[in-house]
Amino acid sequence: MAEPKQNLGAPVKRKRAKKRREPSTLLETYGSLGLAIIVLVLWQIAVPLLGLSEFVLPTPWAIARRMVTSAPLLATNGWYTLLEVVAGFGAAVLTGVPLALAIFYSRVFERAVYPLLVGLQTIPKISLAPLLVLYLGYGWGPKIGLAFLISFFPIVISTVVGLQSLDKALVNMVRSMGSSEWQTFFKVRLPAAMPSIFGGLKVAISLAVIGAIIGEYIAAERGLGYLQLQANQQFDTTLNFATVVSISLLGVLLYFAISLLEGKVSYRKESAK
Amino acid sequence: MKSASDTGISVVRSAAVKVAGVSKTYSVRAGDDVVALDRVDLDVAPGSFVAVVGPSGCGKSTLLSLLAGLIPLTTGRLTIDGEDVHRPHPKAGVVFQSDLLLDWRSVLDNVLLPVEIKKLDRKAYVARAQDLLAQVGLQGFDDKFPYELSGGMRQRVAICRALIQEPGLLLMDEPFGALDALTREQMIMDLQTMWLRLRNTVLFITHGIDEAVFLADRVIVMSPRPGRVDLDLTIDIPRPRNWSSVHENANFQHYVRQVREIFEAKGVLVTH
Repeated sequence: MAEPKQNLGAPVKRKRAKKRREPSTLLETYGSLGLAIIVLVLWQIAVPLLGLSEFVLPTPWAIARRMVTSAPLLATNGWYTLLEVVAGFGAAVLTGVPLALAIFYSRVFERAVYPLLVGLQTIPKISLAPLLVLYLGYGWGPKIGLAFLISFFPIVISTVVGLQSLDKALVNMVRSMGSSEWQTFFKVRLPAAMPSIFGGLKVAISLAVIGAIIGEYIAAERGLGYLQLQANQQFDTTLNFATVVSISLLGVLLYFAISLLEGKVSYRKESAK
Repeated sequence: MKSASDTGISVVRSAAVKVAGVSKTYSVRAGDDVVALDRVDLDVAPGSFVAVVGPSGCGKSTLLSLLAGLIPLTTGRLTIDGEDVHRPHPKAGVVFQSDLLLDWRSVLDNVLLPVEIKKLDRKAYVARAQDLLAQVGLQGFDDKFPYELSGGMRQRVAICRALIQEPGLLLMDEPFGALDALTREQMIMDLQTMWLRLRNTVLFITHGIDEAVFLADRVIVMSPRPGRVDLDLTIDIPRPRNWSSVHENANFQHYVRQVREIFEAKGVLVTH
């Protein structure tokens, strides 16, 4: 933890305090963007060069144009998918975090529920989709249900692991100040577990998108998954691709929202690097 | 002694500590007990600096945990200013072996943690926290975060945190054990300076013989399995003591030798 440093008078200098613009750092910063552009350009050139029809593989430019012209269609369906994801993920947070607390604080829960939960985790959640349709019908139910189920486990497990990995000496430290367990939880346990919890939330939100889309594949009358199936049936490959891009945009947007929240409520682990 | 509620920022009222026949037994398994402390007696006068020195396993940290009210004792009686210690005593502040700063709190917020825990008015203590930080050479570090500090600086913040409430009793559990030699030396001298100003009761746990003799009015030597007091040594060297010149002091050398002889006799230190 406390690495011995003889630096008494001045704070430890942070690495990367001033960034030199060397070719290597330029490549590090813009490397992925450049690579993406190269791939897109190659794709754009290769399609006419290979004589591929738009039904087989549309060009990136065509997909981009289609995203603009079909924007209202994508937005309306995207909105439904977004609601399903948020509802399923929200339900998973609201039930998963309290369950994690119960597992952490109660020996009975830890002994009885936790192993069962880890065991159930081996069921591929997607294989439950047809059953969910059977039980919950064709409306919101199965989509939200699947988004919930798929994002529930990472939230529970990351929260439990985050709470359990706390250095017990920190608990003794606040206890020596006369801290109640309630105070210990809010002043030490929860903030210390935040990086782990958010790690789980980030995994969960990406999975929740997958859950909702699978739900829409099985049975739906709206949503991006539904729209993609429609495009598929009509051999509208450009719209198909436009849907794929929209789904990933939705995922990126939600991931970004979680990261933003993390920046507000959690702290950065500086020792990691 | 009366427990006058001294919540305000007052002059330090140093506390008296009484340890009478205290034993601590840990039950590892049923019928497999480990005696960590065996009938320890210790009287610490208010305002004195007492160092407890001993090898690992001698129960010195157990003694500190008992005084901090973190673990229950098996037999005997333990009081701070006449009040039995069952839970953490409000007059005691603790400095642990590692700094145990909360990474998500700024330096100032770390120092003010005890104030928050005790639900006191935070604003009333900000000036005092800044004053303490200045005393340990950390003025202007209020808004820094623990990861921006060196090991020595972090432990200084931890000491300020323990002192924010002007504890009558300061319990220190090998506070410089994790520091490098140079930083440790500086911290030992700074602690003396600070204590000469505060004059609260200090119980200082260490395995460093020289730092115990340098800092303390009294050195308690303990031996392991079961933890017992072997020697109660009064250190008669005028203060302020200087770390580099004290080593040439004949009295200092004499005291250190006395402690070493105990360890050699007990087989803690083996001379070849």
